[in-house]
Amino acid sequence: MTPSLPTPSRLRAEHVTLSYGTRDVVTDLSLAIPDGKVTVIVGANACGKSTLLRGLARLLAPTSGTVLLDGKSISEQPSRHVARTLGMLPQSPLAPEGITVRDLVARGRHPHQNWWQQWGDEDTVIVDDALRATDTLELADRDVDELSGGQRQRAWIAMAVAQNTDLLLLDEPTTYLDIAHQLEVLELVSTLNREHGRTVVMVLHDLNLACRYAHHIVAMRDGVIVAEGAPAEIVTPELLRDVFRVEGAVVVDPVTAAPVVLAHRIAVD
Amino acid sequence: MTAAITPGIRAILPRPRPRRRVVIAVVTTAVLLLLACVIALSLGDRATAPAALWDALQGRGEENTVYAVLEVRLPRVVLALVVGAAFGIAGGLSQSVLRNPLASPDVLGIGAGASTAVVAVIAIGSLGGPVGAVPIPLAALAGGLVAATLIALLARDRSLRGRRILLIGIAMSTALTGVTQYLLTRIDVYDAQRSAVWLTGSLNARGWDDALPVALGLAVLLPLTLVLAHTGRALIFDDDVASGWGVRTGRMRVVLLIISVCLAALATSAAGPVAFVALVSGQVARRVGAVPDIPPLLSGLTGALIVLVADTVARTALPFQLPVGVLTALVGAPYLLYLLQRRRRTNGSTP
Repeated sequence: MTPSLPTPSRLRAEHVTLSYGTRDVVTDLSLAIPDGKVTVIVGANACGKSTLLRGLARLLAPTSGTVLLDGKSISEQPSRHVARTLGMLPQSPLAPEGITVRDLVARGRHPHQNWWQQWGDEDTVIVDDALRATDTLELADRDVDELSGGQRQRAWIAMAVAQNTDLLLLDEPTTYLDIAHQLEVLELVSTLNREHGRTVVMVLHDLNLACRYAHHIVAMRDGVIVAEGAPAEIVTPELLRDVFRVEGAVVVDPVTAAPVVLAHRIAVD
Repeated sequence: MTAAITPGIRAILPRPRPRRRVVIAVVTTAVLLLLACVIALSLGDRATAPAALWDALQGRGEENTVYAVLEVRLPRVVLALVVGAAFGIAGGLSQSVLRNPLASPDVLGIGAGASTAVVAVIAIGSLGGPVGAVPIPLAALAGGLVAATLIALLARDRSLRGRRILLIGIAMSTALTGVTQYLLTRIDVYDAQRSAVWLTGSLNARGWDDALPVALGLAVLLPLTLVLAHTGRALIFDDDVASGWGVRTGRMRVVLLIISVCLAALATSAAGPVAFVALVSGQVARRVGAVPDIPPLLSGLTGALIVLVADTVARTALPFQLPVGVLTALVGAPYLLYLLQRRRRTNGSTP
């Protein structure tokens, strides 16, 4: 296990334990999210990766330890204030029936508004920018229920973009999408990172997509971090065996130069 | 991304397109409401012409007309407005917060709770206890809040959004109606008769004294609702999404539900449980406004319009006066059935 690198980090977990009821899902976990990078959390089902993301987004309060945002405990900062710095998109969120894409995206402005100052020119411009950046401008007046899976996911990401936060947390943004739509969503996330300098933290199921789009991979098993680092450094056959319980090989994609995992069979302990 | 805009200028800038239709709907409903007020003030045993109505409102003209307009019709119209607005806002709030088109205070038994408490107070007086020991509006408030607390406890669901809450509410409503019926059999005939009329929901023979508590409640709770509306709108989303925007979902839900219960209970204390107004207003407002949430101002105006029109029809269309609750029930019951079967088909989560 590598100790956390001395890169700057606005979002950190320090000895965090996260539980549902009496069951600890994440135990004594410390993590520093590198600023301005795409970090992807991977691991087998039920390893606690989504729970960790919810903890980082202050949707789940730790039973011990602290999540720090800009050096201060995230749970002690006003929730609206946090929402202007850190945006979170849960896994396949449900849109209320009859909401248009533009209305959904406009909701992202919520933390920047209050009851007497609900909407300004700035909000209109930011929402339009978000629609354009996610290629949803032509869908703006359609109902969210009418959209295809990929379009719907783009609309939700547009909402998170309109929230205009430096940090963006996405829980499995590619669930239920076919391969083309998965690439579409991840390219979008990658652009947000590259061109707008957003720090991104994602949970992804697909290890190959994680290798391709992550600067930093965090591999988890049973609520603890097994390895973290650049994909080319940490994704090895040993990691496959440790984290996913799969025997396989790791080769290099000749086009993208990212490591590619070839799963051969289930590992026998 | 843009040049800084001073808060003063930003405040008067137009809202974005998604909400424009709400503004249009509010203005249109307000105009219709004004029209309905004029018609309601004109109609009675003898209809009053517009010119005579205008004079009478200023206390001029024929004495009988002035009496009919100022002493008989005006208090009744005002009562219809405040009761309808209170039911409308209450219904819209609870449907919105619980994300369920059926979850209005009347369906959930809040009205029944308020009714039982009121009849219990009347019964205490009737059976020789201290008459008027508890003012009726306070009894209704207490009854409504107790019923709501019981439902919340029995639902054992922090988000209060499951199907359980509806079943418990309907069961509660039925049980409380039984209690009320029993109380009616125990009290003296005159009080029982008076209570029975009240229980159907009626604006007959009521006046300023009945309207005042509801008006006061609205004066306090409507501004509060409008201040909270911006945040309340976020509650139609999943908790994780709304929390991500910095909304304290649990706390906001409780505050808005308490406002809803108080408004429904106060309206019930003044006019009885006027059936289905709370249920229908919110749904009409949501469709007219073409937004996924229920704007409180719009559902309030819709409620006022429904009660005023229903009461005016109920007192003028037939040779005898009907209680307004009979009319709203005749219209509302089929609508409830429609919602029930539609819900079974879609099973979606809409307010």
